[in-house]
Amino acid sequence: MQFLRAILAHPSGRIGGVIVGVYLLVAILGLLGVTPHDPLMQFRIDRLHAPNGVYWMGTDLFGRDVASRLMLGISQSFIVAFASVALAATAGTVLGLAAAWFGRGWDGLIMRVMDVLLAFPAILLALLIIAVVGPGTWTSIAAIAIVYTPIFTRVVRGPALSLKTRDFVDAARTFGSSRHYILTRHLMLNLVAPLTVQVTLALAWGLLTEAGLSFLGLGTQPPASSLGLMLSDSRNLMEMAPWLLIFPGLAIMIGILGFNLLGDALRDILDPKMRRAAA
Amino acid sequence: MTPLLSVRDLHVGFGRDPAAHEIVRGVSFELAAGETLAIVGESGSGKSVTALSINRLVDFGGGRITRGAVDLRLADGTVIDLANAQEHQLTKIRGGEIGMIFQEPMTSLNPVLTIGAQIEESFRLHRGLTGRQATAAAKDALDRVRIPDAARRLKYSPHQLSGGMLQRVMIATALSCNPRLLIADEPTTALDVTVQAQIMALLAELKRETDMAMIFITHDIGLVAGIADKVMVMQAGEAVEQGALNAVLDTPRHPYTRHLLSAVPHFEAGRAARTDYRRPETPTEGSAAGPALHVEGLTVRFPVTGGLLRRRTGNVHAVDGVDFDLMPGETLAIVGESGSGKSTTARAILGLVQPTRGAFSANTNTPHGRGRPSVQMVFQNPYASLNPRLRVDSILAEPVIAAGGRISPETTARMTMLLERVGLPLDSLQRYPHEFSGGQRQRLCIARALMLNPSVVVLDEAVSALDVSVQAKVLELLVDLQKEFGLAYLFVSHDMAVVERIAHRIAVLYAGQIVEIGDARSVLSAPRHSYTRQLIAAVPSIERRHETFALDLRQVPSLIRPLGFEPEQAEWQSFGADHRARVEG
Repeated sequence: MQFLRAILAHPSGRIGGVIVGVYLLVAILGLLGVTPHDPLMQFRIDRLHAPNGVYWMGTDLFGRDVASRLMLGISQSFIVAFASVALAATAGTVLGLAAAWFGRGWDGLIMRVMDVLLAFPAILLALLIIAVVGPGTWTSIAAIAIVYTPIFTRVVRGPALSLKTRDFVDAARTFGSSRHYILTRHLMLNLVAPLTVQVTLALAWGLLTEAGLSFLGLGTQPPASSLGLMLSDSRNLMEMAPWLLIFPGLAIMIGILGFNLLGDALRDILDPKMRRAAA
Repeated sequence: MTPLLSVRDLHVGFGRDPAAHEIVRGVSFELAAGETLAIVGESGSGKSVTALSINRLVDFGGGRITRGAVDLRLADGTVIDLANAQEHQLTKIRGGEIGMIFQEPMTSLNPVLTIGAQIEESFRLHRGLTGRQATAAAKDALDRVRIPDAARRLKYSPHQLSGGMLQRVMIATALSCNPRLLIADEPTTALDVTVQAQIMALLAELKRETDMAMIFITHDIGLVAGIADKVMVMQAGEAVEQGALNAVLDTPRHPYTRHLLSAVPHFEAGRAARTDYRRPETPTEGSAAGPALHVEGLTVRFPVTGGLLRRRTGNVHAVDGVDFDLMPGETLAIVGESGSGKSTTARAILGLVQPTRGAFSANTNTPHGRGRPSVQMVFQNPYASLNPRLRVDSILAEPVIAAGGRISPETTARMTMLLERVGLPLDSLQRYPHEFSGGQRQRLCIARALMLNPSVVVLDEAVSALDVSVQAKVLELLVDLQKEFGLAYLFVSHDMAVVERIAHRIAVLYAGQIVEIGDARSVLSAPRHSYTRQLIAAVPSIERRHETFALDLRQVPSLIRPLGFEPEQAEWQSFGADHRARVEG
């Protein structure tokens, strides 16, 4: 509760929090099928209808309701973004902790592999992985997860290295605490703050990467809907039916903006230095 | 004659409205060349802010001089008011005219640059030296502050040096341009007494040579007596008393000055040593009267690598053949300067460092419980040794969980019992470490160490980070707990005044070896080894005024030995029943 209040008290946290909140609500509604129309239903007579009272955001080339498809698209994009970031955060945390704890050879090996992965631009690496495995929702989740794992590994390894040498870890060793206990209670617990910030920011990138992959036809496959796919479909009809382009484009932009604002706010709130100044 | 520095009615405030949040309120003093002013006060009294206002570093901390003047007479005789000076003028004055030594050597140096590069920077900026010249000057500067292996240490990064060494590096940097005014903000607080005496000697010598004035900020009145000409006592932003050294120390007029003078622990050369424990005449192995901790030939060496292939070229002999016995209910103090291996000894006994050789056994068969886990430790820094994200109940439960136990009603009962015993409120269990003060945190650490009812507690500089009055209370607590639980303490410290109050026996560690060990009263009143004498002579005291600290140019021995080096067998000489010292060659 106190945490939520802190977010709402932060100027960019308030905006980001509201945006992310609305998106989450829309995504859940889309997933539950609570949309103005059936997103797959083709209203043949109303093809390329401009936005009006019935079709809030107009219809596409097949006469499908853009608003309903947008809601479904947001939920699809969120599933991919959340799943991939969860995977990346888990893998990154495990690898980062392992590198920091075991050090020497392990550290070198893990971090060099991560460096290689980081050397590729994110979208290019994702494309490469999908080109090898084949397109699909699960493939894009895996691809995005792999692409963002190195960032989490680095975010975890740095603080873990410094935590490892802190007196309370030494103290734990003198009690004979198990490695598992030290890693979870002493290291992980102190890594929650940086990880929370990183997860929020990574969700924005995940959303963007998913849209990019779908736009190229390598992510979500039709007839399912996704933000990138909708943008891709609207390409040729840009002049005739600009609403096909504007709404998914805005949805992507505002969504990423929301996550970024929220991430910035979390960084301020969770930074121990800031908190000390406030206290 | 105009004074070098004249501060008149200085007011310094912080925050958006500096005039409303004043930390320093109307401080005035004058300082002539070659004079030393000591500013004394407890933390938060505004003594550091006063000093920082003189070279205007206070601006970078969010402070503003709201009223008053700071007149500095430059070398050419002109007078500049630093309170209204421009930043570009100040840059020249800082370092060149006014040198500064900070309190925290660990954070005053850039961790990613070698110390050589950081000393050279000062020579480059103010003296225009480059390349080899700068390196040579930096080496001389390090030699001057008695750093062994100076040429090699230039390539060290700050993390490779101890706190004492780092402060010497800081002093070397500050003195590099022979400033006419030196501001020293608690410069020796983190140092050992012998090093402290050396630093004071160094500062005194430089003062004589160059007619340098000094502002010396400290909380240690003993130190003030040794070096200052004038004393200013500060409380809550105001100078409550100032005057000549003897006048302030002998006839303090303000009650706060009197309070400060009485709170300081005085070193009494063994007269205040504890007498509440006698060693049994003939301890028999294994029985209840046997030692709680027996250490024999403990040796810790760290490899030194060099060359292109990082081959092992030698060893740092951190601890070399240390043996001692610790009886239940007894306190053995290990004293020595930084780098003498006292902390390494403690860490080896706790298993935090792998000993190269030697054996130690802790007796679990004591009158206070069979088979209890033997050794626990309390660390120096109470702020770093508690996980900030864990609640106090989890912190106290950790040793129990580590020993394979569960959080049972008995565990909780022991937690509350110990909390009460160390003098913390019972609702502490539901709180986080940041809600406690330094002294309370150290009490928490003590409670945590006692959770498993150990027979030996290792206290590694356990009261060094605490304020003087808090220190006294924690020491009292430790003595009470020792009597109640029959604990044996291994008390690692550099502070002789503190050691005198808690130790039954004292072991003096020098360069990784014990040079003198024995009964506390005997060792402190009649030290036999030259190093012990030096250590005791270096303890500051109010009685010793205007000391002419002589500069000791003896080299601190390097602990780096070639591969395969073995120290020669020590010869011991006994002085009385329980007091022996190493024979000096």
